Amino acid sequence: MGSIEQASHAPDHNMLSVVKRQRIQDFFFHKITLSFSLLVLFALLGIIISLLINAWPALAKFGFQFIWRVEWDIVNDEFGAAIAIFGTLVSALIALVIAVPLSFGIALFLTETCPMYLRRPLGTAIELLAAVPSIIYGMFGLFIFAPLFAEYGQPALQSTLGKMPIIGGLFGGAMNGVGILAAGIVLAFMILPFIAAVMRDVFEIVPPILRESAYGLGCTTWEVVRSIVLPYTQKGVIGGVMLGLGRALGETMAVTFVIGNSQRLSASLFSPGTTIASTLANEFGEAADFHLSTLFALGFLLFVITFIVLSLAKIMLIRAEKAKGTKT
Amino acid sequence: MLKMKSVIAALGLSVLAATSWAADITGAGATFPYPMYAKWAEAYKAATGTGLNYQSIGSSGGLKQIRAKTVTFGASDAPVSGADLEKDSMVQFPAIIGGTVPVVNLDGFKPGELRISGPVLADIYMGTVTKWNDAKLAALNPGKKLPDQAITVVHRADGSGTTFNFTDYLSAVSKDWADKVGKGAAVKWPADSSVGGKGNEGVAANVNRVKGAVGYVEYAYVKKNNMNFLQLQNASGKYVSPDDLTFAAAAAGADWFSVPGMGVSMVNAKGNDSWPISTASFILMYKKPADKAASDEVLKFFDWAFKNGKKMASDLDYVPLPDALTQQIRTKVWSEIK
Repeated sequence: MGSIEQASHAPDHNMLSVVKRQRIQDFFFHKITLSFSLLVLFALLGIIISLLINAWPALAKFGFQFIWRVEWDIVNDEFGAAIAIFGTLVSALIALVIAVPLSFGIALFLTETCPMYLRRPLGTAIELLAAVPSIIYGMFGLFIFAPLFAEYGQPALQSTLGKMPIIGGLFGGAMNGVGILAAGIVLAFMILPFIAAVMRDVFEIVPPILRESAYGLGCTTWEVVRSIVLPYTQKGVIGGVMLGLGRALGETMAVTFVIGNSQRLSASLFSPGTTIASTLANEFGEAADFHLSTLFALGFLLFVITFIVLSLAKIMLIRAEKAKGTKT
Repeated sequence: MLKMKSVIAALGLSVLAATSWAADITGAGATFPYPMYAKWAEAYKAATGTGLNYQSIGSSGGLKQIRAKTVTFGASDAPVSGADLEKDSMVQFPAIIGGTVPVVNLDGFKPGELRISGPVLADIYMGTVTKWNDAKLAALNPGKKLPDQAITVVHRADGSGTTFNFTDYLSAVSKDWADKVGKGAAVKWPADSSVGGKGNEGVAANVNRVKGAVGYVEYAYVKKNNMNFLQLQNASGKYVSPDDLTFAAAAAGADWFSVPGMGVSMVNAKGNDSWPISTASFILMYKKPADKAASDEVLKFFDWAFKNGKKMASDLDYVPLPDALTQQIRTKVWSEIK
């Protein structure tokens, strides 16, 4: 016994020192990566606090009214965020209405019916579309899309949808190509690749066995999609849509080019408007004193809106993953 | 590896050069005169070896920077009031003159063929004149067949000295505008049809795109894009076209030292040949600069530019200050910088 103990004593000591070294390494590794992550948290907190500090004069003067005041008069220091919030939400909503069905179709085609040799090139093309800088979409929107839209799109809409009761008013007014609807359409093209890519990814996590069983039972592609793929990926799809929405809400340059930049509320989607982000981009350069403070307040509101949207998206994605197994 | 090291060393050196030795002149502010200052700076660097680091961050940004003393001079399109100059103990002088021009998109008319008066221009921007064949416009253009077309008003979406200049003019010629809208780098545009474009190029693009549009841009954009401009009635009742002669006439008509800090508004200037929407861009400096040497370098730069930069200014469609005025700036303003 004693001899065995003695024999094992030397390697034991060696191993202990290895373990000790590894523990120290792990300890530092843990602390360093923790500090990296905390950095992000501090940056976020710092942004919120500095936004709030700078926005304080405006928030203190207008209070919660700031959110629904319809006024933007720089000369007389009268401000309200309603016009910009309205423009932000409506242009993002239009973008979603157009982009979601399109991306849904794209994702379905890519995962269900696309021939194998086309999947990769088409998928890559969509991802490339996502990499195009937003200012390119803006220039495309202003110089190419808007003139065509004014010449063909808007008259067509006005003579059809514009004649209907209730929604007719949405398509009234002057047709000069730029405006909230044009901004929504350009935004739709911007967010389409994001939504399509997420949808394709979540559709792919549907276990082949489920899909094949359904096909084996004689289901058509649409029946498989409706009864198997969609219920299985429901929350992931909603999460993807929310990500697209988050991007649409915060988009700046592309919207600034085509929305018309007018601080006015109008019933018609053809009329120019503004969004929070484009107001900031336009006015920050020459803003001073109180005006500057209101821009910070606007920025803070955008931060809050985007935060709500993104947390909803995150929650839904997490739920989707928890409910549907381990594939990530 | 060696290459990398030398790059890093060069970077380090340039950072040092920009900070501690301060060989470069530093300034910040207005975007309107930026192409001019950049051109002068390039020639000045070739002539003297001293560079200029000018950040065109906008007039109010320039004011912030000079008040924070991070730059040696600030630049602003809108003049700072005499009281504010006194409070900050700063001097102000004009450096360059330019003009704002109303442009239109109307088929069948040559540039400068149509005429407009200040009050009618204000009515259009107010949204009370909404058609090109309005009686008010027809009265100013006898014999011209004006189309039955809706007017789309285009303005700058971003805050800018050009907008200040333009709204300053509208306020000068229309009491209605002065009372309801006022003047500023950005204002609340009242016309229903108004569309905002970002920057001069954004306004130019919108005007060129939308039939029946009217906008206002810096003169250089009118020339570059060969845009259809309007002849404008000046304070003497004469119709004038925008060019360096009419801008210079407006500058000559201004009584520069009637206002503290030379902050004269040149809009609606007197004189038969004056273009009514002319403007100067201003330079701000401290009377008692913390760094006297740097401040002297700025004065040397502008002294050189006033003497040698006239041709460059004309090439870029700005108007250089007349010699008599630059001489007065040297003796009356620069002498205050101690």
